[in-house]
Amino acid sequence: MTDGPNYGFDTLQVHAGARPDPATGARQTPIYQSTSYVFRDADHAAALFNLQEVGYIYSRLTNPTVAVLQERIATLEGGVGAVCCSSGHAAQIMALFPLMGPGCNVVVSTRLYGGSITQFSQTIKRFGWSAKFVDLDDTDAVAGAIDENTRAVFCESISNPGGYVTDIPAIAAIADKAGLPLIVDNTAATPYLCRPIEMGATLVVHSTTKYLTGSGTVTGGCVVDSGKFDWSQNDKFPSLSAPEPAYHGLKFHETFGELAFTFHGIAIGLRDLGMTMNPQGAHYTLLGIETLSLRMERHVENAKKVAEWLEKDDRIESVTYAGLDSSPYADRAGKLYPKGAGALFTCAVKGGYESCIKLVDSLEIFSHVANLGDTRSLIIHPASTTHRQLTEEQQKAAGAAPDTVRLSIGIETVEDLINDLDQALSKATA
Amino acid sequence: MIFCMSETYSDELLRSVLKRTKTIACIGVSTNPVRPSHYVARYMGLRGYRVIPVNPVYAGQELFGETVRGDLSELKDDSVDMVDIFRRSEAVPPIVEESLSLLSGLQTIWMQIGVRHADAASRAEAAGVTVIQNRCPKIEYQRLFGELRKGGFNTGIISSRL
Ligand SMILES: Cc1ncc(COP(=O)(O)O)c(C=O)c1O
Repeated sequence: MTDGPNYGFDTLQVHAGARPDPATGARQTPIYQSTSYVFRDADHAAALFNLQEVGYIYSRLTNPTVAVLQERIATLEGGVGAVCCSSGHAAQIMALFPLMGPGCNVVVSTRLYGGSITQFSQTIKRFGWSAKFVDLDDTDAVAGAIDENTRAVFCESISNPGGYVTDIPAIAAIADKAGLPLIVDNTAATPYLCRPIEMGATLVVHSTTKYLTGSGTVTGGCVVDSGKFDWSQNDKFPSLSAPEPAYHGLKFHETFGELAFTFHGIAIGLRDLGMTMNPQGAHYTLLGIETLSLRMERHVENAKKVAEWLEKDDRIESVTYAGLDSSPYADRAGKLYPKGAGALFTCAVKGGYESCIKLVDSLEIFSHVANLGDTRSLIIHPASTTHRQLTEEQQKAAGAAPDTVRLSIGIETVEDLINDLDQALSKATA
Repeated sequence: MIFCMSETYSDELLRSVLKRTKTIACIGVSTNPVRPSHYVARYMGLRGYRVIPVNPVYAGQELFGETVRGDLSELKDDSVDMVDIFRRSEAVPPIVEESLSLLSGLQTIWMQIGVRHADAASRAEAAGVTVIQNRCPKIEYQRLFGELRKGGFNTGIISSRL
């Protein structure tokens, strides 16, 4: 956009979006705990309500602390703007909402976080939307699944529960050919390991709950727009290209150009769906992002060592980490995710379901929780928890077979993590 | 893609243009409040620029506290220092020619998003006029002077100063 200095990732993760507080000089971004903001005069109020001027009206739409986080994530992802919201799941709805309408569908990867599979296969039906699940390694199937009612393609960069990395350029090319936006959930990779927009994605969504915040403190989400999609190329995206009745017939794309999607996210999405991120939450996530690259380096380094150790261990059946040389995705991971394949993977334990339960119950450092992307190492046995309602067949398809545990490797001393797994595996398989 | 911004201008240049400009002639501005041209011109007026609307279709009507002018020849005495073009790219060359010959104080020719004309731009640059193509002065103003920050947009501005 500009030919100013080209700052490095580590500089941007600390500075982008923030400046000393104009009122006080406070160097850390203040938590603006205020629901509403005074208008200078009636003209100012009118300009704000007409989207003529960008400013603060009411914190359901915009808030000064949240805005810093939005600009920071947009900058790190290489997008033009971002809208933060209350959780990663909220971000997914916020991303789809301007694109979809009753009768529309989204083509989605079969390899997604379990909660996203439920959101797409069940809940969105209540809006009259539907999802078509396809294996993204079968590019013909992806192209074949797209029909005249398709409005987007959705995938995760590094997928949860792990072991799979998406060939984003290949999927972006298919979406582009069909005149559709590609939405990438970049939660498990973070912009430090993967920049989907550079690979052709239109929108990036995050559960900021995970690595961006980093310490497992708050839930949050974010939708970043690349600004690169032409919403007026056909009549498929009337929310962005056609007159908007709620704003006297204004057309978002024509009026705001490459900023249209983000303006729409604030002026329609947050205003009417109300999935707002609160400023206290934004503060924790801003603190987290300041150290994102440092943490991700350690997460990846530890994950690789733990995965390599587990792979060699007799008590383990198999390990799915895409950063392992033995992974079927090793080449793709090396090419597209050169800084690492994340810190999330599954492993199958000899002795099946019973051993997994004992393993989880015997660990002292790993915590048994339904989360990922914490500084702490985490483990979960999906078959007895998040995926317990599914049949064994469904569990296997989701990478959550009864003999499988998912690990989210933290930033602790790696020898301690390995020793913890060692002692717990001894108890589990005794 | 109609909104692709390939032309690169430094923030410093854009900032200096927006700071030195006092009077903007908006060519092709609409009186319909939801048209982007109206939106942009009104915004620049709210930011303290004198905005003079030019559009033969609405000549003689009142807009932004000014009479809409029918063409550039009616602007001779208005000390216009920037011409902002809200017309199709094909319409640019005669506007540039007229601006160069009629407006003695002209410093900048600005073409809105989607509007660009390489030959006309070189003509104006050769005459010492700054040319910005395929950009919106409202968006650049909002970005460079901090307003877009409030909406979570990527302004590209990094600064540790108050
Ligand atoms: C990849 C991925 N996307 C989205 C989500 C949903 O995010 P949230 O829990 O913040 O709603 C999760 C949560 O586990 C996730 O792992």
